[in-house]
Amino acid sequence: MEFGLSAEQRLLTDSVVRYLRDLAPLSRVRQIADGGRADDLIAGITELGLPALLIEDTHGGVGLTALDACLVAEVLGYHVAPVPFVANAVIAPTALRLAGSPTQQRAYLPKIAAGEMIFGAGLSSRTGARAGTGVHVRNGRLSGATRFVLDFAADAYIIADSDAGLHIVMADAAGLERRALETIDRTRPIGELIFTDTPAEPLPNAAGAFATILALGRAALAADTLGAAQYMLDQAVDYAKQRHQFGRPIGSFQAVKHMCAEMAANLEPTRAFMWYAGNSFAALPDEAPRLASHFKAHISEVGTFVAKTATEVHGGMGFTDLVGLHYWFKRIGFNRQMLGSPERLREDVSG
Amino acid sequence: MDLTYGPEYDAFRAEVQAFLAANRAHAPADARPKDPASIRWQARLIAQGYTARIIPAAYGGAGRPPDILKSRIIAEEFASAGVSMGLGGQGISMLVPTLLEVGTEAQRAQFIAPTLRGDMVWCQGYSEPGAGSDLASLRTSAIVDGDDFVINGQKIWTSTAHIADWMFCLVRTEPQAPKHDGISFLLLRMDTPGIEIRPLIDMTMNRNFNEVFFTDVRVPVTQIVGKRGDGWKVANVILKNERDSLSNPNAALARLNALRDIMREETIDGDRLIDKPAFRDRLMRIEGRVMALLFNDLRVLSSQLNHGQDASLARMVVKLQGTELRHELERLAIDVMGENGLAYGSNPYLRDRGSWQYAYMFYLGLIIGGGTSQIQKNIIAERGLGLPRESKLATA
Repeated sequence: MEFGLSAEQRLLTDSVVRYLRDLAPLSRVRQIADGGRADDLIAGITELGLPALLIEDTHGGVGLTALDACLVAEVLGYHVAPVPFVANAVIAPTALRLAGSPTQQRAYLPKIAAGEMIFGAGLSSRTGARAGTGVHVRNGRLSGATRFVLDFAADAYIIADSDAGLHIVMADAAGLERRALETIDRTRPIGELIFTDTPAEPLPNAAGAFATILALGRAALAADTLGAAQYMLDQAVDYAKQRHQFGRPIGSFQAVKHMCAEMAANLEPTRAFMWYAGNSFAALPDEAPRLASHFKAHISEVGTFVAKTATEVHGGMGFTDLVGLHYWFKRIGFNRQMLGSPERLREDVSG
Repeated sequence: MDLTYGPEYDAFRAEVQAFLAANRAHAPADARPKDPASIRWQARLIAQGYTARIIPAAYGGAGRPPDILKSRIIAEEFASAGVSMGLGGQGISMLVPTLLEVGTEAQRAQFIAPTLRGDMVWCQGYSEPGAGSDLASLRTSAIVDGDDFVINGQKIWTSTAHIADWMFCLVRTEPQAPKHDGISFLLLRMDTPGIEIRPLIDMTMNRNFNEVFFTDVRVPVTQIVGKRGDGWKVANVILKNERDSLSNPNAALARLNALRDIMREETIDGDRLIDKPAFRDRLMRIEGRVMALLFNDLRVLSSQLNHGQDASLARMVVKLQGTELRHELERLAIDVMGENGLAYGSNPYLRDRGSWQYAYMFYLGLIIGGGTSQIQKNIIAERGLGLPRESKLATA
């Protein structure tokens, strides 16, 4: 019995931590959030093998597990990394592996692994469709709209229709209108896709596979929140040790100390939750979707609490752009709503 | 990542299950001190190696080699079968491990076996009216006079003092020493002249706590555990264990499942409780928190089995999170029952013998007892996160 990370898993996350610490500090995140290009970082994480993570070696990937993807997502969240991951490296490879034809797998997986193609994902038709959205299929072509498409700056998209289907749509397809959407989280490009009789390539085995595909996307977003919340807690603790008022560090006041303790007490158990939920995709596949939903719902509540509390520990500086804590605050807020808010997830698991 | 226990342990689990199936009829619903059925059940469990498992047979234990997974399997199977794990109490959970660690051979021989059998019931004399969270400021004094300590003072929150045969307690023997260095750990008979016990009824209306008053109580100097002035260290040998045992997430899971059953069975305005979205959302929110603590517990267990895994912070949060969660879980049960949730005592509409109402209040007691939630937060902040210790106000 061993419930913990392997040496290989630590090596993997360490390599991503080192890369992001050196090449994606807050100053670089700011440039990209303000409209700068992220090409070098995307090339860098491709070099590290991130898009290839969940792709089998027969298709040019490294064939790692859902838990490994969660561990990487956690690191990306910790660094608010402005790079594609949840759609491109998690949802798209999983959709192709579980729902795609062998031909589709051969065509697209090696390109994702090599960084030659980036995939976005628009699943909103199936994760809480709002008025004005929904994707319908007629004669193999798509009509309608999907919003808040993840990893929007992509060459192709995995699109969920309003029934049970999944499709590949090329970014330059006829009848596809792409509208970038600004969100609170400027570390990730997001947009709307409007389909007018748009040609699409269906994934033949979507019906039975969708729950797992969605669950993995949820687990990765949840892991991103865990990382972002851990960063905010670490910063709050450091600040509470350094900042002096009334002649002593503010972290020696119980009011501040207890805010930090409450953050840690709520956050630390979510790490084991992530390990268990991530591991369940391999060990307990039937339970994985329910565990992933529960994990995302739970970490979203904890993350929201940590985001607010860590900001408060920083006092007025927490509210400024200068310290930049808001990038993490917003990333946590973004992850909370994407692919299912806590209320919706709890509704899903209560059946 | 390997969550299996392996074939040897699967076989052991089957053995425990078979024992439970064959013997559960003999188990008391709730093991109580001095209850003959509970004492017989305790003897059966020791013989089987399911309680007092790793305590040497020479001291009346089961004498099995330490095996964290087997202990875990026993606890899991008894919990899921809802069968009593035998006698508890502070003698068995706290004094026995203390004596094994720091007692003399004579003390082990005299006290451990009868305590494990249930023939010798103990109470713990630590807290005082003026020494709660700041336990080390305790003032009950013990002064040497001839071959005896002479004790004067008062203890409070003393569970089972009214039925106990013996007390283990902390007293001040070195009034000149710094507060942590002036304490000794003594053992005394509860029928010693000069001891007065007064009940302290708690909010559940149970008589479990007591106040204990000492007036010139004479205790032989040999009844000390460790050296004079070492009492604080002796007490801390096992204080950590107490905190963990108050908040077992497997017990929370069993309660959650029982609550879900109530919500499926009972109706309000003709609708099942589970079909009410607000109740259902609260239930699922609590289920998520139970899962977090279950997996956290698994991580702590794994860190005990595999060197190099650090779960110290994970362990530090267990008492705080576990007791707060249980209190909320029990409260949800009362809320979903509505007016029936107010039933208590002899009310014919009482469900589950009032266990939800009782536990709701009892867990508020546990949030306070064994190191309050606020003390837990200080520990997490100072030892877990490295925040500066509270600066002490200058005493006037």
